[in-house]
Amino acid sequence: MIEATWLRHTLLVLGLAYLVWSMSSLEVDWERVSKGLPRAGDIITRMFPPDFSRWELLTRGVTESLEMALAATFAGMILAVPLGLCAARNLVPMPVYLVARGIIVFMRTLHEVIVAIIFVKIFGFGPLAGVLTLIVSSITFIAKMLAEDIENMSPGQVEAIRATGAGFAKMLVYGVTPQILPRYLGVSIYRLDANIRQSTIVGIVGAGGIGQTLSASFSRYDYDFSLAILLVIIALVFIGEFFSSWARGKLR
Amino acid sequence: MLAIRELTKTYDTGTAALRNVSITIDEPQVVAIIGPSGAGKSTLIRCINRLVEPTSGSVELNGENLTALGSRDLRRARRHIGMIFQEYNLVERLTVMENILSGRLGYVSFWRAFRRNYPAADVAAAFSLLERVGLEGYENTRADALSGGQRQRVGIARALIQSPDLLLVDEPTASLDPKTSRQVMRILVELAREQKTPTLINIHDVQLAKTFANRIIGMQDGEIVFDGKPGQLTEKVLTDIYGEEDWSTEAAQASGEDAPETAAAS
Amino acid sequence: MSAPGTLKARYPQVWRKYTPGQSAIKWAWYAGVVFVAVWSVRNLDIPWFYFLDAHVQFMDLGRRMLPPDWTYTDVVLNPLLETIHIATLGTIVTFFIAFPVAFLAARNTTPNVAAWLFGKFILVSTRSINTIVWALIFVAIFGPGPVAGIWAIAFRSIGFVAKLIAEAIEEIDHGPVEAIEATGGSRLQVLLMGVLPQVLPVVYGTIVYRWDINIRESTVLGFVGAGGIGIELYSSINQFAWSQVSLMLALIMIVVVVSEFVSATVRNRIT
Ligand SMILES: Nc1ncnc2c1ncn2[C@@H]1O[C@H](COP(=O)(O)OP(=O)(O)O)[C@@H](O)[C@H]1O
Ligand SMILES: [Mg+2]
Repeated sequence: MIEATWLRHTLLVLGLAYLVWSMSSLEVDWERVSKGLPRAGDIITRMFPPDFSRWELLTRGVTESLEMALAATFAGMILAVPLGLCAARNLVPMPVYLVARGIIVFMRTLHEVIVAIIFVKIFGFGPLAGVLTLIVSSITFIAKMLAEDIENMSPGQVEAIRATGAGFAKMLVYGVTPQILPRYLGVSIYRLDANIRQSTIVGIVGAGGIGQTLSASFSRYDYDFSLAILLVIIALVFIGEFFSSWARGKLR
Repeated sequence: MLAIRELTKTYDTGTAALRNVSITIDEPQVVAIIGPSGAGKSTLIRCINRLVEPTSGSVELNGENLTALGSRDLRRARRHIGMIFQEYNLVERLTVMENILSGRLGYVSFWRAFRRNYPAADVAAAFSLLERVGLEGYENTRADALSGGQRQRVGIARALIQSPDLLLVDEPTASLDPKTSRQVMRILVELAREQKTPTLINIHDVQLAKTFANRIIGMQDGEIVFDGKPGQLTEKVLTDIYGEEDWSTEAAQASGEDAPETAAAS
Repeated sequence: MSAPGTLKARYPQVWRKYTPGQSAIKWAWYAGVVFVAVWSVRNLDIPWFYFLDAHVQFMDLGRRMLPPDWTYTDVVLNPLLETIHIATLGTIVTFFIAFPVAFLAARNTTPNVAAWLFGKFILVSTRSINTIVWALIFVAIFGPGPVAGIWAIAFRSIGFVAKLIAEAIEEIDHGPVEAIEATGGSRLQVLLMGVLPQVLPVVYGTIVYRWDINIRESTVLGFVGAGGIGIELYSSINQFAWSQVSLMLALIMIVVVVSEFVSATVRNRIT
């Protein structure tokens, strides 16, 4: 792989130097960290057995997460279409393309939780901030995939429709839509799965859903309830993944 | 009918694909454009309905200068110009019927097109064309389930349902086997003659060109080097168009077959 | 066409893409999707009046954010470096843990069924808990700070990386393995000399890929106290110091884009 010995050695030295530098520059409270192992043991013992007795709280959290994911996927699917069209190089003029691409790149680099916390500041605690976060990341994701699919579609089919005298709108319906629809639906279903996963975490900064319940239980040292919530989240993620791959299989 | 004057196209890459090409067609005839690949045949055809923007020159169809049209008028003009492609260019995931009816897109409202709710006359015409091209009963088949020859016949029906004033055909048989090629050409030329539609066909197969066309235009390096009857296509002319080669078989058949096959039939 | 009258008599004048039954099913699907969406939105009790002046709010926010407060760079530079360190160190820890886990979870290298199940369990459980949830747990264990962050990054990545390595192990070429077995090599020798060289390119690729995901993930660890720029970001957001926020968002974007670029370049070089 790395042939030259000197290169390998230099890389090794550089790597070690980085390790030393990064470790020493971190501000670590070693005394607190050294208590970690006993703390971990303590927390684990307090986690068992998981406490499902407050199942109403659990179901409410899960339902809210699911509702957030469903609503956001639907809104994202629709709102992603104009952005995706504008981000396809072969459909729109250069300036439009650059602006749309810019929006997508900008939104993609920001972590959902950052977006969530800003929405929480604007709209207050609760699922509204969460839904908006999920909508934003769904739009970005679906639009990006849509634009890529449009750029990769066969130009001949579109050209043939244009040659009949069809305008932009008819060209979209007859030339573009049939070529990209199945993938678009597949991506949207995949996004539903991703939204279910994300809906469980945006709550950690107060944006609603089961994550909010989890975060609250942690701050109250309610570790047995936390474990119950974690198990439910894992189950939810599993069901989401299973459903998504089943539905995408059906589409083909 | 169609008057192309001093049409020139230089691509952004600097390639001069057309240099001062002028062609006049004033009767409903089938014109074959032959020439080596890269001669500018496709560019010529695409400059007529402006899928490629010509650099200079003009194209006049039935008295209207196509090169001067704005985008709305260009769309209106395009609905009277049918086009058939080498790669068929059917919308693969749509049914045969939707592909044929898409030829009427220039005539119907967006909403009707969106709902696939075409006027009764269009639907009847589509069924009639389906029968003419020998694809009766295929209306609900998806285009990607058809063979090459079947696809090209759908392509022909899509172009003809436009009731075109001009048919532009770019290498219709280049992706087909010899037998299917002849069948497709026969259907195409028959229908064009029946509807009295002037037709420009790019074709690299000299045999097919001579069999089906009334007039042949030879192109080389962006310029017209021959324009005449199939019978005039001698060994010398073919050498002019394609370069040095043994052309005796192609030229010999020309003299034996003065009238094109289907012209005699109709 | 030439004679529409006769055509009409001879040919069908309507064509439907779908039979009535098919279109009923299609519309039922549409209605179902819309119903679920509407039902979800209604249950969420969204205070719609917020949206009446949303555009004003957003314009206002934009004004407050621009221009970013560049002087604040001094304050956030170290936390930003810490973020990168957390991601990098977390990824290095992942590398050492994911390896053995992958060998346990790959069918052809696992010692026995119990070990395989254990490997699979680690693979699935670490992957289905998000980084920020791991951070929550590790902050409870190690207290606030980058150590919790590093472990959170590492734990979330183990399942991801080990899964891909395990898949690569299951697809290796058996020739070299058998050759070493034939010379009477021990189990460890077989793994190190027969299997390892074949999967190393995949391992490096996966690690570098995960590293750039981790850079993005580590920007939010501070929200739960697990170190990095998230802590500064959180406090600036809480103080509504929007020009500081926009500065940090800009810096985060630069770092994320650069790391994506580096990761893509490195991956192109090794594969
Ligand atoms: N889109 C394009 N951009 C640049 N050059 C092109 C383009 N299309 C065709 N050309 C060039 O123009 C010349 C004529 O091409 P074309 O019209 O396709 O010839 P033909 O159809 O006779 O084979 C060729 O040299 C070709 O490389
Ligand atoms: Mg060509």
